[in-house]
Amino acid sequence: MGVEGIGARALRKEDKRFITGKGRYTDDMVLPRMTYAAFVRSPHAHAKVVSIDASAALDMPGVEAVLTGEQLVGDGIGNLICGWMIHSKDGSPMNMGAWRALEPEIVRFVGQAVAVVIADTQGQARDAADAVVVEYDELPAVVDSIAAMGDGAPQLHPEAPNNLIYDWDIGDEAATNAAFENAAHVTRMDIHNNRLVPNPMEPRAAVADYDTAEEHFTLYTTSQNPHVARLVLSAFYNVAPENKLRVIAPDVGGGFGSKIFIYPEEIVALWASKRVGRPVKWVSDRTEAFLTDAHGRDHHSTAELALDADNKITGFRVKTVANLGAYMSLFSSSVPTYLYATLLSGQYDIPAIHANVKAVYTNTTPVDAYRGAGRPEATFLVERMMETAAREVGLSPAEFRRKNFVRSFPHQTPVIMCYDAGDYDATLDAALKAIDYDGFPARKSEAASRGKLRGMGLSCYIEACGIAPSAAVGSLGAGVGLWESAEVRVNPIGSIEVLTGSHSHGQGHETTFAQLISERFGVDTDTVSIVHGDTDKVQFGMGTYGSRSGAVGMSAIVKALDKVEAKAKKIAAHLMEAAEGDIQIEGGELKVAGTDKKLTFTEVALAAYTAHNLPEGMEPGLKEGAFYDPTNFTFPAGTYACEVEIDPETGKTEIVNFVAADDFGKVINPMIVEGQVHGGLTQGIGQALLENAAYDESGQLLTGSYMDYTMPRADDVPSYQLLTTETICPGNPLGMKGCGEAGAIGSPPAVINAITDAINNNDLSMPATPERVWMASRAGLQQAAE
Amino acid sequence: MYETSYHRAGSVADASALMAKAEDGKFLSGGQTLIPTMKQRLAAPTDLIDLRNIDEMKGISDEGGSITIGAATTHSDVATSDIVKSRIPGLATLAAGIGDPAVRHMGTIGGSIANNDPAADYPSALVALGATVKTNKRSLSAEEFFTGMFETALEEDEIVTSVSFPVPEKSAYAKYPNPASRYAMAGVFVVKTGDGGVRVAVTGAGQDGVFRMGEMENALAGTWSPDAVAGISVDAGGLLSDIHGSSEYRANLVTVMAKRAVAAAG
Repeated sequence: MGVEGIGARALRKEDKRFITGKGRYTDDMVLPRMTYAAFVRSPHAHAKVVSIDASAALDMPGVEAVLTGEQLVGDGIGNLICGWMIHSKDGSPMNMGAWRALEPEIVRFVGQAVAVVIADTQGQARDAADAVVVEYDELPAVVDSIAAMGDGAPQLHPEAPNNLIYDWDIGDEAATNAAFENAAHVTRMDIHNNRLVPNPMEPRAAVADYDTAEEHFTLYTTSQNPHVARLVLSAFYNVAPENKLRVIAPDVGGGFGSKIFIYPEEIVALWASKRVGRPVKWVSDRTEAFLTDAHGRDHHSTAELALDADNKITGFRVKTVANLGAYMSLFSSSVPTYLYATLLSGQYDIPAIHANVKAVYTNTTPVDAYRGAGRPEATFLVERMMETAAREVGLSPAEFRRKNFVRSFPHQTPVIMCYDAGDYDATLDAALKAIDYDGFPARKSEAASRGKLRGMGLSCYIEACGIAPSAAVGSLGAGVGLWESAEVRVNPIGSIEVLTGSHSHGQGHETTFAQLISERFGVDTDTVSIVHGDTDKVQFGMGTYGSRSGAVGMSAIVKALDKVEAKAKKIAAHLMEAAEGDIQIEGGELKVAGTDKKLTFTEVALAAYTAHNLPEGMEPGLKEGAFYDPTNFTFPAGTYACEVEIDPETGKTEIVNFVAADDFGKVINPMIVEGQVHGGLTQGIGQALLENAAYDESGQLLTGSYMDYTMPRADDVPSYQLLTTETICPGNPLGMKGCGEAGAIGSPPAVINAITDAINNNDLSMPATPERVWMASRAGLQQAAE
Repeated sequence: MYETSYHRAGSVADASALMAKAEDGKFLSGGQTLIPTMKQRLAAPTDLIDLRNIDEMKGISDEGGSITIGAATTHSDVATSDIVKSRIPGLATLAAGIGDPAVRHMGTIGGSIANNDPAADYPSALVALGATVKTNKRSLSAEEFFTGMFETALEEDEIVTSVSFPVPEKSAYAKYPNPASRYAMAGVFVVKTGDGGVRVAVTGAGQDGVFRMGEMENALAGTWSPDAVAGISVDAGGLLSDIHGSSEYRANLVTVMAKRAVAAAG
């Protein structure tokens, strides 16, 4: 690969194994004497479990055991936890119902597991699971979050009256109300943010292996954060102490947040492995993935924006009802609160904001973080409101935004966040130029001559990545710290292993992290290996989500590199009899400035390990570790411009141009960043146009397969125009902000703003399916005629 | 998938004999619906009798006034056939738009019509072109063959062996795909025959599967132009309604697709 430092479009080191089918995923793990698990799942959204008769199943060939919730509870396996405590505005802690990995009493969503069959083959396990007879007593179900709060709604958990988990506030209510009392104009909207199914390419899986002699568990699993998995499995689920539990997340094929959480299936696989004394493998099929992977979004909001006579925003008032599904998943409580309402200031200088968020239980799959996690919901709300307000007051949507941009930094918003750096005019200017904003009216006329409706929509998003610092998130209720760790091991002949607590499940860490080392020491990226995803190798780490691996994970590596560099320089200075301050590292060599004296990096590494001639008192070896806890979130921001053409006869939307102008701070590998943006934009366009997790009233998931759940395909999306501007993040040593979620956060409002512009009707929900657009465009034409 | 026994039939007679022996057998001819259904454990035939390798059921022949397509001919072979492209271009277009390349290389015309999915493309072509379905027992007109949603006149042990299509003067197919599955939400096949007859058949939209649009046929018999059908509204009463499209939306799509099909036919 050569020396490829920061800014190089280095090809991904990991792709050879992925492209040639040599990746090692959890389902590739085959252990001697391995058994297979198949879960018996509820067909009802809400029902009492009256009885479970496993007798027929136990008589079937190859069946080792049929295990139920009663046994699980009896063995002391703990209930699933939610790791972020939210207090309601009255000070009371959130109302959390019990969630057991196998439910012995009352099932609360379709697909919830009540028993597991362990058998010699996967086929035998599944056949026997079909033969387990479960008698249910059906209860009324509720799937809509607003209906769930209503009088007489079915009640899910005794701990949560009216299904209310919390009633939470942020911001200054009195100041916000005052802004509305004095407003020259108020824009109001009801907005639904549609529920999504995460759909990583690799479904979840677990292989659990209990060693009866060592009383030690090994768990291979599809995790974005194996250390957090071990922590939770040890501390709360009572599986085994940390030193008796190794969690390995090998190659993982996508997560989008859904693989952060510890699910019932992993817990049951571990427990069952001890029960049967054999390894247990479970691999989710696609139907199970639809039913049990934590869903995303599902907010109902009412938003109001107050403007003064000069069209400056004076207040923003939001009421949101968040559907968390039947149980509180691991970080579910934080998503509609601190990951959402704290971003309601957008890119704008808004003096007063108040938001109220009610989180409720419904008889649906649990909802938790999904690519963007709260920030897409905030951005959709803010940017739909901005576009709508601009139209209402008769300003260009670009100019209205510009009028209200934050321009001085640091900027303290009324909702906790303190923006450290940014240049929102720069990304707006770049996007408008690239999409030829000024030429749009001519293109609209030309499209009209072809019978097409053309529209333009903007979205100026901001997000907060690299959630931190730990003390701050702890004060807001987080059960964990959000730092990262790294260890840099320079081997005796100069190759380097970097152990990181970050976890790559598609992000390309093996390449970008190696580029950092290559930049620093001038060594070939091929001499650098990135080690991650194994609790026996890496001491601890918080994993990868929230676009944190660059800003937090790489910062930890930088800190460790600082220590390695300092020691290497000391050794080199000693060996070359020079002053430490005169040693420079360049092109893989340590040189004495102003002389021709030099040592190769390998020579210094070898000297560190032979220890024949080290400075007095120095320990041998060249290996350093570091923990990094950021001082603030990072704030990537940008402008997305979307241009659409609608076929009014069918309602079909074609995205004819899409420009993404992003400020991600320092970019390590532009190619990988572009890949992240492409994927994010496609997921965001998927949310805007195609994807929707729909339930019927009884709680059956209507979109439980790709026959009905519309995943974006190549022909649904345009060829994107990507641009970047750069303001350096002052909060971390590399100046990075993060790029993993921006596309999914910023794009939905751009698409909907463009469509509503084209059809002259602002009343349009996501996903903007052809039918919805057709209906809305007919209404829009009617309005125009009147 | 539940355990099943797979048999590769070498001839139509062989297939019939295998079916007679099977406890709960199913003919397999591409498996683009049956195999996914079995994988979801919603179907559990004891035996699968594969018809796809029966030579006498494969191939496309030009018989002057008609062309005959063997039931085991893949969609891909129909789509790329010079005979079909030159004699019934609408049929080639239809076959080229079924599913995706993998489906088109596995799925067969016989398998598709025997399943009679209400959103499948082929039924509209068979009805509009006035095709004859030949089985190992008899010949049926297309309208006799398709009897309702997922229902045909086929008996349990009856095998579609070929389909014959009279060659029309003009033909075209236009469909609006379901955004998720890409099956037809409304697919309209229009035909103008040499004697001036017009047939318009609709798939994807009807509750009972494929149906003809008499009003559009009359209008086009008078004037063969897109405008002749553009103003004809379709009764939403008997149409499908689901999360992807209401019957009202499908009714609109039928008119729009009919217009586009006539335009494409020229």
